[in-house]
Amino acid sequence: MATTAVAEAPRMAGMRFGRAARRYGWTVAVYALLAVLMVTTIIIKPDYGAFEWNTLTLAALPLAFAAAAQTMVVLSGGIDLSVGPLMALANVLALRAMLGHDLNYSLGVALIVLLEVTLAGALNGAIIVLTRVPDIVVTLATSFIWAGLALLVLAKPTPGIPLDVQNLAQGSALSPWVPNALLLLLVVPLVWIPLRRSRAGLAIYAVGSDRNAAFRSGVNLGLSRVLAYSVGGFFAACGGLALSMTTGVGSPLAGTYYTLSAVSAIVLGGVSLAGGRGGILGVVAAAYILSLIPAVFIYLGIDPNYGQMIQGVLIVIVVMIGGLGAVLRRV
Amino acid sequence: MSTRAVTTVRLVQQHSILVLIALLVALAGLIEIIRPGAVNANWVSNILEFAAPLGILAAGQTLVVITGGIDLSVANVATAAAYIMASQAPYGVTRGIVLGLLVGVAVGLVNGVGVAVFRVQPLIMTLAMGLVVTGSLNVYSQAAIRSVPGVPAVIHAMGSATVLGYVPVSLFLWAPLAALLIVGLRSTGFGRLLYAVGDNLEATRLAGVRGWQVLLANYAACGFLSAVAGLVLAGTVNAADLSLANILLLPSVAAVVIGGTSIFGGSGTYSGTVVGALILTVLNSVLTLLDVPDAVKQILYGAIIVLLAAAYTRVLSPE
Repeated sequence: MATTAVAEAPRMAGMRFGRAARRYGWTVAVYALLAVLMVTTIIIKPDYGAFEWNTLTLAALPLAFAAAAQTMVVLSGGIDLSVGPLMALANVLALRAMLGHDLNYSLGVALIVLLEVTLAGALNGAIIVLTRVPDIVVTLATSFIWAGLALLVLAKPTPGIPLDVQNLAQGSALSPWVPNALLLLLVVPLVWIPLRRSRAGLAIYAVGSDRNAAFRSGVNLGLSRVLAYSVGGFFAACGGLALSMTTGVGSPLAGTYYTLSAVSAIVLGGVSLAGGRGGILGVVAAAYILSLIPAVFIYLGIDPNYGQMIQGVLIVIVVMIGGLGAVLRRV
Repeated sequence: MSTRAVTTVRLVQQHSILVLIALLVALAGLIEIIRPGAVNANWVSNILEFAAPLGILAAGQTLVVITGGIDLSVANVATAAAYIMASQAPYGVTRGIVLGLLVGVAVGLVNGVGVAVFRVQPLIMTLAMGLVVTGSLNVYSQAAIRSVPGVPAVIHAMGSATVLGYVPVSLFLWAPLAALLIVGLRSTGFGRLLYAVGDNLEATRLAGVRGWQVLLANYAACGFLSAVAGLVLAGTVNAADLSLANILLLPSVAAVVIGGTSIFGGSGTYSGTVVGALILTVLNSVLTLLDVPDAVKQILYGAIIVLLAAAYTRVLSPE
């Protein structure tokens, strides 16, 4: 008995290590990639300072929220092609209601906008669950609806987000190296970590990983999927408000870029599009990487148009390596 | 449910295209009610002209969706093909067209390698390739030409001229292509393989099919068709700018879905997609006639796609 116990202990540790490596390996790799990129940037641009860092956090903030929104939905086995229009909707609603008001009033507006766009996300999920039409088709169609609503609210880009509200994201209250835009990102773990540890969060993973198994384990499929879309809607609303704060403008077309970029970010961040695998923390780092690349090109004096190309190539390489790994494991 | 009702449901299921055509006719009727006399030969000619680029773009999309994939790079490829054709046309129109089509095939092949050999999910692979294509095109446009290139007369004629007063020239390209695809999907070995691969890749592999070759050829075909659609579109709007076909990406998927092709692969027809493309074009025409703001148009467009898809799922897959 004693010998088996002794033999068991290291094996257990090995198993735990293997599991941890599988679970967090990709996330660690993404943060390492971000670190390497940051170091490269500083080598390229020796006078990289707090200002440039602040610019990066501002650029990455809306994308990180968009990617968080997409992550929620993809984890539940769906995909949301309306993330960008949802962000645009939040963005223009905020401008329309905040225009000419003070900080306290605007914060109230922000809460209402969060609620409204969360409901819009929930509606996406409810339509999918009730009609049984595939996610990609429904969100494709609702992307037209949200974009149309955004255009109804505001016909053309209009500046006018109160300065106090803009300063919530643009300043740096603590230290120049900890910009507010970085602090605002704390909303992601604040929502994510409790959810991840809750029964409902586990159910979202279960539904995304194997719908039949989840159903037989007593998970309420419809409710879990609607929850995933609602939290996705909440993050999309955060992204739209982040756009308002970082640009100071309400723009009905601002979201278009974010739908597909968010998909890029979650892929790079290690979330499986098949559902049920991955987490949100790697995705945030991926959003920073995708925002840093164009900046690096500008520092290098290269046409920033290459940035888009490199982004695409980077994603292709990352997913091909991932795919190759899967193929080799099978053989 | 009575026997007759069951028979009706079955009839509808087996001839869903008839329902689509009925819907198309109903939409045309709606236009006639809104503005009596609007539905005439000229209107039909216009609808066909504007449906042709979408129909050809959705052709490639149909092929890919049948194999269980999706191609989000079709619009980028169409734009790139048109832009390269137009910018190379001063050195020879044929050269421009050939180069434009080659770009389509090349991007399709890369998509195919990613999906078939490296087993990358089609959504990601084609999304990333779309970024690569658009990025490269931006760089090319900065390096090569400063102004937006004009469209050569031949292409313009192909996209927007008519013969005998009403028949759009692009129909002479689209109709044979459609016939080829419809017959090809139904009765050639390759066509049947697409359904088989889309239904169950593993089973086809066990049956001795080299699935990766099928997928590779299929994505290349989709790239080629996208490029053709880009050239036709450039002719229709008589311009080749850097965002030419971007608005057609979502409609290309919508046309396939409305046409009854399952987004999960393994079933679907191109004839359905053709009617889907026509429905979307007529729908646009209805919304234009209603004279509502663009925003409301978009909202209605989205709502109608959801309703159509929901009706489909309800009627056609009762299990």
